[in-house]
Amino acid sequence: MTETTYNYKVVRQFAIMTVVWGIVGMLVGVIIAAQLAFPTLTEVLPEVLQPYLQYGRLRPLHTNAVIFAFGGSALFATSYYVVQRTCQTRLFASGLAGFTFWGWNLIIVLAAVSLPLGLTSGKEYAELEWPIDLMIAVVWVSYALVFFGTILKRKVKHIYVANWFFGAFILTVAVLHIVNSAAIPVISGPLVKSYSFYPGAIDAMVQWWYGHNAVGFFLTAGFLGIMYYFVPKQAGRPVFSYRLSVVHFWALVSTYMWAGPHHLHYTALPDWTQSVGMVFSLILLAPSWGGMINGIMTLSGAWHKLRTDPVLKFLIVSLSFYGMSTFEGPMMSIKTVNALSHYTDWTVGHVHSGALGWVAMVSIGALYGLIPKLFGREGMFSQALVELHFWIATIGVVLYIAAMWIAGVMQGLMWRAVNSDGTLTYSFIESVERTYPFYNVRLLGGVMFLFGMLLMAYNVWRTVSNAQPAQDVIPEAAH
Amino acid sequence: MSSFWSNWIIILTVGNILACIWLIWWTMRKRAGEAESGDVTGHTWDEDLQEYNNPLPRWWLWMFWITIIFAGGYLAYFPGLGLFQGAGHWSSTGQYESEMQTATEKYDPIFKKYAAIGIDDLASKSENEEALAMGKRMYLSYCSQCHGSTATGATGYPNLADNDWLWGGSPEKIKETILNGRRGVMIPHKGRVDEAQLAQLTDYVFSLSGREGIDAASAEAGKGQFLALGCVGCHGMDGKGNQALGAPNLTDNVWLYGGSAGVVQKTILEGRQGVMPAHQEFLGDDKSHLIAAYIYSLSN
Repeated sequence: MTETTYNYKVVRQFAIMTVVWGIVGMLVGVIIAAQLAFPTLTEVLPEVLQPYLQYGRLRPLHTNAVIFAFGGSALFATSYYVVQRTCQTRLFASGLAGFTFWGWNLIIVLAAVSLPLGLTSGKEYAELEWPIDLMIAVVWVSYALVFFGTILKRKVKHIYVANWFFGAFILTVAVLHIVNSAAIPVISGPLVKSYSFYPGAIDAMVQWWYGHNAVGFFLTAGFLGIMYYFVPKQAGRPVFSYRLSVVHFWALVSTYMWAGPHHLHYTALPDWTQSVGMVFSLILLAPSWGGMINGIMTLSGAWHKLRTDPVLKFLIVSLSFYGMSTFEGPMMSIKTVNALSHYTDWTVGHVHSGALGWVAMVSIGALYGLIPKLFGREGMFSQALVELHFWIATIGVVLYIAAMWIAGVMQGLMWRAVNSDGTLTYSFIESVERTYPFYNVRLLGGVMFLFGMLLMAYNVWRTVSNAQPAQDVIPEAAH
Repeated sequence: MSSFWSNWIIILTVGNILACIWLIWWTMRKRAGEAESGDVTGHTWDEDLQEYNNPLPRWWLWMFWITIIFAGGYLAYFPGLGLFQGAGHWSSTGQYESEMQTATEKYDPIFKKYAAIGIDDLASKSENEEALAMGKRMYLSYCSQCHGSTATGATGYPNLADNDWLWGGSPEKIKETILNGRRGVMIPHKGRVDEAQLAQLTDYVFSLSGREGIDAASAEAGKGQFLALGCVGCHGMDGKGNQALGAPNLTDNVWLYGGSAGVVQKTILEGRQGVMPAHQEFLGDDKSHLIAAYIYSLSN
């Protein structure tokens, strides 16, 4: 453990926890999907347990677990790995890096306890109460110090493109988290309640400025960082276009900032805000697709590898889902489309085409490539299981999002249908009844995706058990 | 919004769009000393990571340009750039008002048609079937959130289909309830009864609706509490309630908040606040008339 080797310890820790938290977060997702398909499900439990396992309490647990525990661990693991390898230097402040691992996991455990207890600030994807928010800020600043410290002491002149995206993600998430979580704690009683610092419509705007950029920087920029390292590595090909990466990086990070108001179309938000949110969401289409093009076209000349390499399959299919959902997003931000799609399950389908299809699949692909390297193995224990995981996960995602698309468009059309006298054609409960079949299909899709993660856990366990932690030596000569 | 903030918004918005245009122009240009198209840039990371210097795909550039041109057009026509209202003078308030006006002109006469027909006739005569169907559809839109899709109510929200009425079940009273709303108040009695008295009072209340297994002596003692606490003021000497006050009938075994001993005691100790919102301003007379007819038809 000297300056002559890369620090893989913290990478290994986060990589393993990515699999663990992935299973936990997706299991909670399957439970709440089952609660929607079978609304009386929770009633089979003892009455004393029921309040803690209500849909309303488990839903934020699911979102926090998959985004911040699963996605966050994947980002920590890969960024710590990539920044060392591409800067050709050991991680800056290894102790601090270890602190980010334990701190982040403590935060996850506190979330898993406090959310079922009903302790929430009520802000979507930012539900955790202020003491936990403070801890997140401390861990995140430490993360930034480790990451940018490593960049500063790099032995390679140019900063690799993956690190631009990781860097933008780390900086912006710090700003987003701190601004959106500003709150006034309630001083009496147990100190676990707070009220937002912002009033009314401003609070809604700040919340969705945060919410959409959590998607843009946490779930997009961060995972594009993963893509930019693992796709060319796995394909053994150069990145398709350097200049495309320049233009799509700067256009993506600048225009994403404006897109939040499209979550609040036709609300109390001023008209000008909604217009600006919509046009920048549309401009965002090309910069988003720049990443997909750069990833997929990197494979030109190596397409045949897709036939035999399931890791590459995960990575390339994740880019296809990324392209699909970043096309769908700008379309849904158009006010007339949004008038149909908003508040329906279409939104849920859109989110999961990004979350399962893009974020989860690119992470899974990267981990299958990364884990053997961290444990000094040639490859995963079973390539066949990776292949099986790929197909189960892909079919699961397709079932999930197709069901939610159909359900969402159906709901939107039912809610707006009027009779010749202006009364609504359908009552709300009728649209709920018609959604049940789709809820069942969605549940099946979710169960398949979760099952794939269990296969992965087994495969990872067989790969790492009895393995020696890898001690890769940092090459002396700069490239 | 002050003109300062308006200008601030305009500069940032237009500035960001111009920056995108500059970025495209800048990356499209060929610069001296740069790698040729199809060649790698010459940098290598982590042993074998390299980048080609391929030009931007043409179709992708077109897509980028189209969204930017659309943005320019949209911000010229619709309000977006600070205080600038846009060439189309569109506003969400304006759109709402014009849609409401169109709807009012189109639909109001349809409801007006039935305003002169009595609720009794609307509910019973087959020629008025369509009016009743309209009432039902409006009920499902505006009332079912509390009273349920089948109008059988929920805890704290009265069942409208059982011909048991808190405020009266005549056509006029139902319509009055919809138009003006109701406030049902049960006052709290915490501190006015001890535990034993509370148990006796509960037994008496249960005896009114003939519940089995009640200790007769305890119920008799509870009758004293019923008088002493002034329950009779609202619920009456015989416990049959008072529709003028919305005081429930205690003898009919219908329980708005639940009829277990625990719930009844909670009602006595903590009181209840029932609110039916007024719909006069929201729906108006004609629509409320049809909803009243539908509700009346459920038990008549």
